[in-house]
Amino acid sequence: MSNPTEITAYLRPDGRKGIRNVVVVAYLVECAHHVAREIAWPFREQEVHLIGFGGCYPNPYADRMMRALCTHPNVNSVLLVALGCESFDRAGLAQAVRGSGRPVHTICIQTAGGTRQSVAEGRAWVQQRVQRLPDAPRGPMGLHELIVGTVCGGSDATSGITANPAIGRAFDQLVAAGAAAIFEETGELIGCEHIMAERAVTRELGRELIGAVAKAAQYYSVLGHGSFAVGNADGGLTTQEEKSMGAYSKSGASPISGLLKPGDTPPRGGLYLLDVVPDGEVRFGFPNINDNAEIAELIACGSHLILFSTGRGSVVGSAIAPVLKVCANPETYRRMTEDMDIDAGRILEGAATLDQVGQETFASTLAVAQGRRTASEALGHQEFILTYKSFEPLGPSCLPLSK
Amino acid sequence: MESSEILDPRLLHLAPADNVYIAIATLPAGERLVIKALEAVVVREPIPLGFKIAARPIAPGEKIIKYGAPIGSATCAIATGELVHLHNMKSDYLPTWTLEPGRSYVQSH
Repeated sequence: MSNPTEITAYLRPDGRKGIRNVVVVAYLVECAHHVAREIAWPFREQEVHLIGFGGCYPNPYADRMMRALCTHPNVNSVLLVALGCESFDRAGLAQAVRGSGRPVHTICIQTAGGTRQSVAEGRAWVQQRVQRLPDAPRGPMGLHELIVGTVCGGSDATSGITANPAIGRAFDQLVAAGAAAIFEETGELIGCEHIMAERAVTRELGRELIGAVAKAAQYYSVLGHGSFAVGNADGGLTTQEEKSMGAYSKSGASPISGLLKPGDTPPRGGLYLLDVVPDGEVRFGFPNINDNAEIAELIACGSHLILFSTGRGSVVGSAIAPVLKVCANPETYRRMTEDMDIDAGRILEGAATLDQVGQETFASTLAVAQGRRTASEALGHQEFILTYKSFEPLGPSCLPLSK
Repeated sequence: MESSEILDPRLLHLAPADNVYIAIATLPAGERLVIKALEAVVVREPIPLGFKIAARPIAPGEKIIKYGAPIGSATCAIATGELVHLHNMKSDYLPTWTLEPGRSYVQSH
């Protein structure tokens, strides 16, 4: 136990290892949202997290996301809350969770007799699960078994010169230690596709990376918007390409080992790009309607925790996995200190170097994996969103090192 | 990252090929900046933290280079030391949308 990088993980029956021990309450249509929230609310400070899908019509992407999230290594057990007449495949989801060895229970509001009975039944089940959380077996986990995702939100002109490259340094250290690191938002890589493709481990993968960004550019041009919010321009970013170059620096300098889509788990350690833009014609609107949509996808790819870079000052966390805030802007850090984990703006003030903040980000990642609460966890943030999308399966060139 | 030429400590030159500098402190209007050994420029408008100023004269249509990569094109002539933002450059890929006072949501180019 003297190894300072060793993590004491929660050992799941399917062999996966988690860094948190969460009871998930999942609604399977918006009509069941209130009941699910009422069930979870009294336990909100006891590792009971609320997730769900609001749509009534079937969607294979949402099915896949919910299965990946409900069998995530940080998840101990799952309560499913259905209204009863929605088209979500609740039996299939329950079967997937049961198949992973996790306890699962389904409440159907229409057969349970309505709101009050469903809430009572649900709270009784959750209460019993919460009491048994300490029984989850523990065991050692190495950095090579860790998966870390990164996202940026509320970016400004400081993001790309402090927090993002610091996360890039931390990613380089994680990849060198054998961990899997995932960066994302192909729409925020428009303009970087050719320099990124040169880092791919095979030429075929490089072509897939360029293709994924071209798809994003096409998708966004049909929508008429890039992944560029009003606050980005107020914060000194002028164009999509400028935001992209800053966002790209989160990926560090490691070779790129593969391309993932939401729900795909990295087959081994290394750096991966997550393609979050749907395939085919523009069907369901914006690829990701906010930062939490991307965070949920990173978690569905198995990310144990998320490194979140912010300049303007985002406060969000997430259900299921901890979110660690790296604040790019020193003025934002001073204004919102309690919401931030790392003050990367010190780089601008000459108080720290990029290497020092990168090292601090790596050390904090390890500490959070070892159980330390992030600022957003301590403040009770457990945001979650899942919307309609459609994806084709990965092509054969996307994971060249998987065999 | 740093270029070899003498530069005001409140400015950052991210890559040698860049034709913009980044303000790493908020610069009030009237402030004097040392851009090269013998060249001093007076800031005409306040430059907030993280914003870009021209490192040299930039012609209309010329690429704006930051991080060593093109991030868009100049829409008019830009003088050394001038703020580089929505009013004088645009994306080569997608339009940028902003909120303007009294109007809801506008395309800046």
